[in-house]
Amino acid sequence: MTLRFASLAALALSFVMSVPAGAADYEIDSKGAHASINFRVKHLGYSWLVGRFDTFTGSFSYDNKAIDKSSVKVEIDTASVNTNHAERDKHLRSADFLDVVKFPKVTFVSKSVTPAGDGKATIVGDLTLRGVTKEVSIAAVGIGGGDDPWGGVRQGFEGTTKFTMADFGIPKDLGPASKEVELTLHVEGILK
Amino acid sequence: MHVKDAPDGYGIVSRLFHWLMAIAIFGLFGLGWWMVELDYYSPYYVSAPNLHRSVGILLFIALLARIFWRCLNIKPDDADLTAMERMASRFVHIGFYPLLIALSISGYLISTPGGRAIDVFGLFSVPSIVQQKGLEDSAGWVHWALAYGVIALAVVHTAGALKHHFIDKGSSLMRMWSGPQRPN
Repeated sequence: MTLRFASLAALALSFVMSVPAGAADYEIDSKGAHASINFRVKHLGYSWLVGRFDTFTGSFSYDNKAIDKSSVKVEIDTASVNTNHAERDKHLRSADFLDVVKFPKVTFVSKSVTPAGDGKATIVGDLTLRGVTKEVSIAAVGIGGGDDPWGGVRQGFEGTTKFTMADFGIPKDLGPASKEVELTLHVEGILK
Repeated sequence: MHVKDAPDGYGIVSRLFHWLMAIAIFGLFGLGWWMVELDYYSPYYVSAPNLHRSVGILLFIALLARIFWRCLNIKPDDADLTAMERMASRFVHIGFYPLLIALSISGYLISTPGGRAIDVFGLFSVPSIVQQKGLEDSAGWVHWALAYGVIALAVVHTAGALKHHFIDKGSSLMRMWSGPQRPN
């Protein structure tokens, strides 16, 4: 009887201990493609040219009780740039833009996460592009999260930032209305 | 007028193929060399590559027709060449065909591996056959290298023809310019 109680208590304790304390680590589900990184640049100032990076990895740490303890890290393969036009993609991979042979990765590493209420947060971090590291600010919003039907736990966000291409040393000038690029990250993380 | 090639000169069909394709090849080389450096806001940024692609496809069709025509014809006599000259001239002549075929295919693969077709002067379009992401990059390098290779070969070919015409006082240039001299 005592023995049975003891083992039950041990079992209960092990359950308590398995509940994540504080921030939990998530792997961005790029494998299942429940994440995408898109960008847009104005074409002549007349419309938005939309593209994406097909290959990237990343992870984030998230605690819904202490948002400011969260962090995120993303690494993008520059060669995976895709604007649905082979010749344009070739040009974007060239030294005029991303110079993917010299600079195969774009990285973002967060430095601070500040809750902005209503499920929103401001993520400030270092964006490294073409070997140039600059601080950018991502306006992030939580989309949802919880158990998935297959035994995992997921958490999803959307974040948007923009920067001037010349600031990162992109030499090609696309004209006065097309100096900035907007980057949008749609990510779903799976609890590690 | 000689339509087909004769022992003492090329017929009108071969001569037209030769000179028109020579103009097209040098023209495409110059156009390609110039157009890749155009500014985004150049008025020719869209039209120059369109012209290059269209003429390139027509050149490829002409090339296939020329190879076919060559197979139907006798080869004009080259007995006035030394064994060494003959070998060099045949090497240069035959070398153009695989180089130009590879040049055409590599150019086609710059434009089409994303699934898009090449429009030829709005008359017809050549669909994408091979779809592979990033193929346009390697195709671009191959196209660039082969273009210089073809021009190098053309320079050797021209130098040989001029040497044979002016120094050796041979008739090869006239065979390609005015054709066979004997009446039909």
